[in-house]
Amino acid sequence: MKDHSELSAIFNADEQRVNWHDETLWWIRQKRDKAVKTLPEWELLRENASQIKQHTLSNLSAYLEQFEAKALANGVKVHWAANAAEHNEIVLSILKRNGINRMVKSKSMLTEECHLNTFLENNGIEVIDSDLGERIVQLAKEPPSHIVLPCIHKKKEEIGELFHEHLGTPVGEADPQVLTEAARQDLRNVFLTRRAALTGVNFAVAETGEMVICTNEGNADMGAHLADVHIASMGIEKLVPQRRHLGVFLRLLARSATGQPITTYSSHLRTPRSGQQMHIILVDNGRSQQLGRESFRNSLKCIRCGACMNTCPVYRKSGGHSYQYTISGPIGSILAPNLDMKKHADLPFASTLCGSCTNVCPVKIDIHNQLYQWRQELVSAGYVDAKKKWGMKAMSFLFAHPSLFSWAGKVGRRLMTAAPYLFNNKLNPWYNQREMPSAAKQSFREWYKQRAKNES
Amino acid sequence: MKVNMVTSRERILKAVKANQPNFVSFADINIPQSTEDLPNKFALALRNVGGNFVELDHLQEVENYINENFKQGGRVLSSIPELLKFNGLDVIDTDPHSLANVELAVLRADIAVAENGACWLPEVNTLQRVLPFIAQHLILLVSIKAFVPTMHQAYEIIGRDAYGYGVFIAGPSKTADIEQSLVLGAHGPRSMTVCLVNEWAT
Repeated sequence: MKDHSELSAIFNADEQRVNWHDETLWWIRQKRDKAVKTLPEWELLRENASQIKQHTLSNLSAYLEQFEAKALANGVKVHWAANAAEHNEIVLSILKRNGINRMVKSKSMLTEECHLNTFLENNGIEVIDSDLGERIVQLAKEPPSHIVLPCIHKKKEEIGELFHEHLGTPVGEADPQVLTEAARQDLRNVFLTRRAALTGVNFAVAETGEMVICTNEGNADMGAHLADVHIASMGIEKLVPQRRHLGVFLRLLARSATGQPITTYSSHLRTPRSGQQMHIILVDNGRSQQLGRESFRNSLKCIRCGACMNTCPVYRKSGGHSYQYTISGPIGSILAPNLDMKKHADLPFASTLCGSCTNVCPVKIDIHNQLYQWRQELVSAGYVDAKKKWGMKAMSFLFAHPSLFSWAGKVGRRLMTAAPYLFNNKLNPWYNQREMPSAAKQSFREWYKQRAKNES
Repeated sequence: MKVNMVTSRERILKAVKANQPNFVSFADINIPQSTEDLPNKFALALRNVGGNFVELDHLQEVENYINENFKQGGRVLSSIPELLKFNGLDVIDTDPHSLANVELAVLRADIAVAENGACWLPEVNTLQRVLPFIAQHLILLVSIKAFVPTMHQAYEIIGRDAYGYGVFIAGPSKTADIEQSLVLGAHGPRSMTVCLVNEWAT
């Protein structure tokens, strides 16, 4: 299996495309900044949101029980899934019990995490994703590359080709307006003919047993309000204590995600509509374990806005698919190793630790600190490439011996000047996509000593 | 068999309880907000998210507004009893699929949030949950009393209302999934207009 840096190298082969990807995401980051600056109370909101989540996590078992009791009283069926496989089995059994073999689905990163679509398709159930971006990557047989903008890596011409093949749009048609209209017509028919709809959940309120779903397209509501059976899948960390706390989170979410003041639709579902079945599946899948990891439990505060990805210099220049986990970018790199340390050991190293992610996080997760912490854990658990490990050991030996350090520096500077070809070649990974700097004539220490001499 | 049957519910709750950090409380924040000029602030926010804002003096003018701005002959449904011509109260108990051909829905919103152009509709205002989504166009009527500065005040008003369903709507349905180009009318309404009806005693 290729690791993050190898996949990034492939992504980086097309320089123009990387620049386009980079600039598009940075533009979204700038929209976020503009939206944030209109609120003088922004920092207060972040701090409050972080504290509400901290409190919720500290009392999560009680809130889960309260939520369940309220939801049951509201006429909702509540299911518990310890892991992805159990979640998928629950969805399948609900569909089978109702004799349903076609389902429409709105955006749910949790179902991506559980690989629900593949599981259902293997069991003879057709699933159609209704979020436009998700529909596009579904047609392309790819996973989403971004949690908020699933097809941010695709050019409109590529989408035009997919739509020509699957929706019958004219050859070469790449106008976003025309393509969106084609998807609207096609998916409207899907909404009107599917008896089951699955949605994600953005927030769930312990006090009332209701859930809140945020979309711009209206696809979650189109699916849920037309279907006989509505299934909502949610991670157990999605709870907030009371309804009024939604005010804090809804003010933060869309501004952080896309720079909008709020998503077009913020739907609050408390009871099924008359004659409808409503199911909520509470999914653990590693979350209770992450809650027990003191260094990483803060990651469970995440509200999935994607701001950390949009700002991340590594994400912007490597693309979401290089992370090989449903949730890419900085936050995904903290969540993924919790599920499989060995498989995702590369991700905490896919960062410059610049801290920009931490600065934009609306719930104040100390993302870059946690990435740094993961590195320590992964190295001591032996999941890191031996080259990296020995390299680090050699560096630490060097730094611990000042005279050796000074000698090595001197030799290095001489060699770089006398024999640049020793550095400017393919064996040196730093030379890829970079010009090596010319060597300084003297080290800082030499310069400092000389300066002291000259002044005395 | 039965002895070892621990349900996932018990297993998850036990793990969460064992792993959750020590209890911490938090203080709710109270951010003072100006209540000046709310309709204008709302109108600006709504236009920024692709919605329209108009002011009418009386409910009677709504019909004229619709005739002038929407195509004739389409199916129009309203939850507002005074708009007799568009009375949609009889669709409340029908199959929601029968609303697929609705051209325009005219509904009342209880709250209008100035900071983001969002309007609050509890289920009773929607006729059917799907109506504000399935209609090709949407008009929301608000009275001058509906305006609040931010989401915090909106939730204060909503309070403990026992709605089965409720939704904040800010602008028309939209997407920017194709190369970040904004397109209005993704799955829901292609246009969304908020009408402030000045003399409306609700």
